Amino acid sequence: MTTTSLADEVGRRDHAAWKAPNEAAYRRRERSETTVLAALAVPGLLLIGAIALTPIAWLFWLSFRSGSDFTFEHYERLLHPTYTLTLQTTFELSFLVTAICIALGYPLAYLISQVRPRLAGFLLLLVLFPVWTSLLVRCYAWLVLLQRRGVVNSWLQDMGLIDAPLRLMHNFTGTTIGMVHIMLPFMVLPLYATMRSLNRDYMRAAANLGASPVKAFWGVFVPLSFPGLFAGIIIVFVLCLGFYVTPALLGGGRVMMWSMQIERNVTYHSDWGAASALGVVLLAMTLAILWGVGRLIGFDRIVGGR
Amino acid sequence: MTAVNGKGSAISLPISIRNVTKTYGTFTALDNVSLEIASGEFITLLGPSGSGKTTLLMVLAGFIRPASGEVRFGDRDVSLLPPHKRDVGMVFQNYALFPHMTVAGNVGYPLRLRGVAKSEIADRVQKVLALVQLGELGTRNIDQLSGGQRQRVALARAIVFEPRILLMDEPLSALDKKLREQMQIEVRHLHQRLGMTTVYVTHDQREALTMSDRVAVIDKGRFHQIGSPRDVYERPESRFIAEFIGESHLVAVSMRGGTAHYRDRPLQLAEPPRHPSGQQFLVMRPEKLKLLTGGEDGLNVFEGTAREIVYQGESTLLYVDLPDDVEVAIRQPATNVGPALPAPGTPVRLGLPAGDTMLVPAERAP
Repeated sequence: MTTTSLADEVGRRDHAAWKAPNEAAYRRRERSETTVLAALAVPGLLLIGAIALTPIAWLFWLSFRSGSDFTFEHYERLLHPTYTLTLQTTFELSFLVTAICIALGYPLAYLISQVRPRLAGFLLLLVLFPVWTSLLVRCYAWLVLLQRRGVVNSWLQDMGLIDAPLRLMHNFTGTTIGMVHIMLPFMVLPLYATMRSLNRDYMRAAANLGASPVKAFWGVFVPLSFPGLFAGIIIVFVLCLGFYVTPALLGGGRVMMWSMQIERNVTYHSDWGAASALGVVLLAMTLAILWGVGRLIGFDRIVGGR
Repeated sequence: MTAVNGKGSAISLPISIRNVTKTYGTFTALDNVSLEIASGEFITLLGPSGSGKTTLLMVLAGFIRPASGEVRFGDRDVSLLPPHKRDVGMVFQNYALFPHMTVAGNVGYPLRLRGVAKSEIADRVQKVLALVQLGELGTRNIDQLSGGQRQRVALARAIVFEPRILLMDEPLSALDKKLREQMQIEVRHLHQRLGMTTVYVTHDQREALTMSDRVAVIDKGRFHQIGSPRDVYERPESRFIAEFIGESHLVAVSMRGGTAHYRDRPLQLAEPPRHPSGQQFLVMRPEKLKLLTGGEDGLNVFEGTAREIVYQGESTLLYVDLPDDVEVAIRQPATNVGPALPAPGTPVRLGLPAGDTMLVPAERAP
């Protein structure tokens, strides 16, 4: 199918010696429409510039300043074991949380995509409900549940599964539990959207060609759900990298995340340069991951183009 | 009436549908339907949308479980057999080609599931792709194919594992007219060559007439007529069939003394009325009517007024108003000989040879 825009038409006429008398009028109209459309984008661009780009640029600038001098010292400091260890923790936790979110979220999204629409709507509501509650409230709720004499420990003891209370908070375990809880909707929603839009004729075709339900699921359904899975992984992983509130509360200071180092530098040491360098590194890592994954599987697939 | 392929049941199986009923709440999709399909036959389920034709196909494929009734492939009762164990090929309306596999990957999928050796898969995929004239496209992705090519891949995938029954759900409806007509012939040839029992679903009556050994016309979950294409076109058993298949206009006739009368004049009929009582209609097909200029004999004559001329390229349609608000049409082939069509508003006389008369009852025969 070919589509010919006004611009193409005008362009083609340019090649011919003949000029239509109304050609200039068309071109003027084309130009004025372009101008109007560009003008409509100006407020948005200004807003993005003011609230996103300017602070980042400022952050970038600060990270190379010490007093009034240009310096790399903030970046050199990041090679110290304190920071490399934090980086390791941050990545470990992010990987773990993402993996658990896949393990829990995929079956859940599959269930919601397969049930009748009304039930699916209700289940989605349950998934979304936590998102509408304050993050802080949910973290404190986990503190109550996971503490030494909290609900979880007393249940486990009552059922005779454990003798002494488990340490479920102020450590890696508690942080993981809390973060999985916060991140799960961000895995389920893109997965669900992709699964729901899959034509069920694909599964019928697989069955018709001789695939048992298990084989059809792994051979056809799962590969076709990859765009949603990749989107979920990217969203969850990137959010985890910069996460602060939950690790700070449920980690109890024992789980050091990159974001917490930023906070520490600002509040305890008032060292904006060091904090900025940390921020720049986090941003760079995030962009690198997005770029890498985009190169690997095509960015349009992540954002659900196909 | 049934075409049995000479190669026998090794490559095809008869299908027996017995008293199948399917309801959705209060809606009856299939109403106690029975049909015997011979081994190697090409049968078309023809009906308007919502008639139950696709539901019946889905019952055969095993995707829809009927409320009651029985389906047999050959001697085997498959009523409760899940789809993946039925071993029937199916071409879906939207093709349902897997976008995460190449053309060869799609076509080889049923063979991989059956544990066929790798080298043999490549071999058979290549052969079947050549059969549907896509020999070079094995490595393409699905989204790089045109609609016609996708159609062929879907067909190749459905026949590569040599199923003895092939089901097709409006496989050509997404193609443009020219390609569709070409594919109709190709699918027909493929069937003649491979010989599997084929059940084809369409709402396009012309397609049904072109392709089938037999046509089963279905509406509101019941078969209205089952017969050869010539049968359902030339000898419609009901008003619904006469109107649904081909172009036709119906003229009410009255029954008196065992024969039909139009406006008090007896009609010369090809055969005595099959249903001598009740309201009857004479089926007027545009291509059967003749424009009369003089006093021709041996024809049933209808007098009316020319209303509108519609030019259609290969032929021209003339709409004629008969008395009592009855409209008929007559088709004139686009030759430059023969009488000129009368101008709208002028009186015309139409003739229908006795041999081309068909009477249908107002309601379906019980």
